[in-house]
Amino acid sequence: MSKGTLFDKVWDLHAVTTLPSGQTQLFIGLHLIHEVTSPQAFAMLRDLNLQVMFPERTVATVDHIVPTENQARPFADNLAEDMIVALENNTQTNDIRFFNVGSGSQGIVHVIAPEQGLTQPGMTIACGDSHTSTHGAFGAISFGIGTSQVRDVLATQTLSLEKLKVRRIEVNGDLAPGVYAKDVILHIIRTLGAKGGAGYAYEYAGSTIEAMSMEERMTLCNMSIEGGARCGYVNPDQVTYDYLRDRKFAPTGDTFTQAIDWWESLRSDANAEYDDAVVFDAKDIAPTVTWGISPDQAIGVDEAIPALASFTKDEQALIQEAYTYMDLDPGQPMLGTPIDVCFIGSCTNGRLSDLREAAKVAQGRQVAQGIKAFVVSGSEQVKQQAEAEGLDKIFLNAGFEWREPGCSMCLAMNPDKLQGRQISASSSNRNFKGRQGSASGRTLLMSPAMVALAAINGKVSDVRQLA
Amino acid sequence: MAQTISKITTVTGRGIPLLGNDIDTDRIIPARFLRCVTFDGLGENVFADDRTGGNHAFDQAQYQGAKILVVNSNFGCGSSREHAPQAIMRWGIQAIIGESFAEIFLGNCVAIGMPCVTATPDIIGQLQALIAQSPNTDLTLDLDQLTVTGDSGSHPVSIKEGNRQMLMSGTWDACGQLLQGAEQIKATAANLPYVAWSR
Repeated sequence: MSKGTLFDKVWDLHAVTTLPSGQTQLFIGLHLIHEVTSPQAFAMLRDLNLQVMFPERTVATVDHIVPTENQARPFADNLAEDMIVALENNTQTNDIRFFNVGSGSQGIVHVIAPEQGLTQPGMTIACGDSHTSTHGAFGAISFGIGTSQVRDVLATQTLSLEKLKVRRIEVNGDLAPGVYAKDVILHIIRTLGAKGGAGYAYEYAGSTIEAMSMEERMTLCNMSIEGGARCGYVNPDQVTYDYLRDRKFAPTGDTFTQAIDWWESLRSDANAEYDDAVVFDAKDIAPTVTWGISPDQAIGVDEAIPALASFTKDEQALIQEAYTYMDLDPGQPMLGTPIDVCFIGSCTNGRLSDLREAAKVAQGRQVAQGIKAFVVSGSEQVKQQAEAEGLDKIFLNAGFEWREPGCSMCLAMNPDKLQGRQISASSSNRNFKGRQGSASGRTLLMSPAMVALAAINGKVSDVRQLA
Repeated sequence: MAQTISKITTVTGRGIPLLGNDIDTDRIIPARFLRCVTFDGLGENVFADDRTGGNHAFDQAQYQGAKILVVNSNFGCGSSREHAPQAIMRWGIQAIIGESFAEIFLGNCVAIGMPCVTATPDIIGQLQALIAQSPNTDLTLDLDQLTVTGDSGSHPVSIKEGNRQMLMSGTWDACGQLLQGAEQIKATAANLPYVAWSR
């Protein structure tokens, strides 16, 4: 059992009681909702004749189904229109704050809550979305839930949960140029496996993590779930406080000073006890790309696709399925793999710093003939800031499309989809079969800079070659 | 709350094997079927993209009407969509036995009263083979005894004690129980500094 970690401290502060089942009733400090996983929860609430207990502790936005080209209402897809209307009605009826399209604050739920200062250290945060792990970057316990649990949070602001174990993942040293937070997390998942984190919260620590910006820490924590860990976090520090200062919903003045004292008290103790610990060296991490159909099927971009014999017998069926589905062979290098579509965006890599890194690659270059490449800001605010810096012009001049904010082709619940067997270089988070909207479509996950370079060259390339 | 919740101690019915590790919730129910405001109709689209050839277990005649799904490891990984267990349940499944489950999926299953229990890879392999050979045989999952019993005898299964208690006592739908502590919930909130900072 872990002891003295941030996870233990925050868990204990939010524990309401121990339920007869032995599970903990845990108070949820911030509840985020969106149009996909909340309508049924509100319907259940109505059926049970229940009210929202703490409407001020739930915040809504719309992200999954919004089109990124034409956002005029009503949406062309009437099912999508029904979903946004349901959210508009549910938030209005229940007095819940809603960042709607065109408000200036709309965007992917995991991009907007941090940029508004809603996400803060020491909170428990839940959302009907597995990438809620993102908010752990601030030193919050933050995790995805299902719709019945969304109902429970609306009705009681609590959940019935079993406490997780804590694994400390330490990464030390400087990352080489061209190696990003995305590569760090793909490397961790590749090493520990897609189910390696089951039952654990991941605490990311070490000098590499401490040197990361908040946006990099968000990328890291975002993909904890791809490693099987429902929740991942970084202890809050000066980088966290500097990010939060002056954000709209962050505390102000003397309260901010008091807040820092409280946040500091929540950091894992120097002598904290963990259920497990793993150490990585930053110099072992290369720009990393996935080659298969699970996020742990990843290699350094200059490596060859691994042989079947290098996997355990239990893993081999899935590996064989991956070779076949991807139409890639063991021993083949990933470098030079031809690409059809390039997607920059998502809750993993749709923030300003991601767009800046991709724009550096795109600047003065041209997207290769026949490649469809598009950039989707994570939020209206990200888009506005990027345009203020002229990033939109850089992308447009290079031949990328510049879209409106939303989840876009990460999960393709909107018009952005792969067609047929198309293969995409994507800055998103899942390379599952069919994930990007075509039942036979293929996805290679990589950092935004690597996606931009794949677009320029029309094939998988090593961003270190630009240095 | 005028809702009656059933106590779940045993599930008896024919089995259906679904082979493979890391079957994610996008495969269980592809995202395009999430464009809805109710869970109605999800059952017919379960595993839609894997069923185009008609050879999928969920299409095979001998498994129609099965109630117990037997899967391998990390079943239900990926997206938190409750639409996935809802689709499986609405197809007719009442319990899942697997080597391991992804956590959010598992929590969603408990919340809708569909037990997920684990067994060793050996036992899972035996069960999947047994079902394939004798698809008409009934299996019984017993949460009290923590066994699954079929023609070949009885095998041990595991489940976290908290989930087992919730299913067996009929409190798997946690909402009612959570509401009982309203005063304690407010007291917990009042002790959290950030609650007072909100604007």
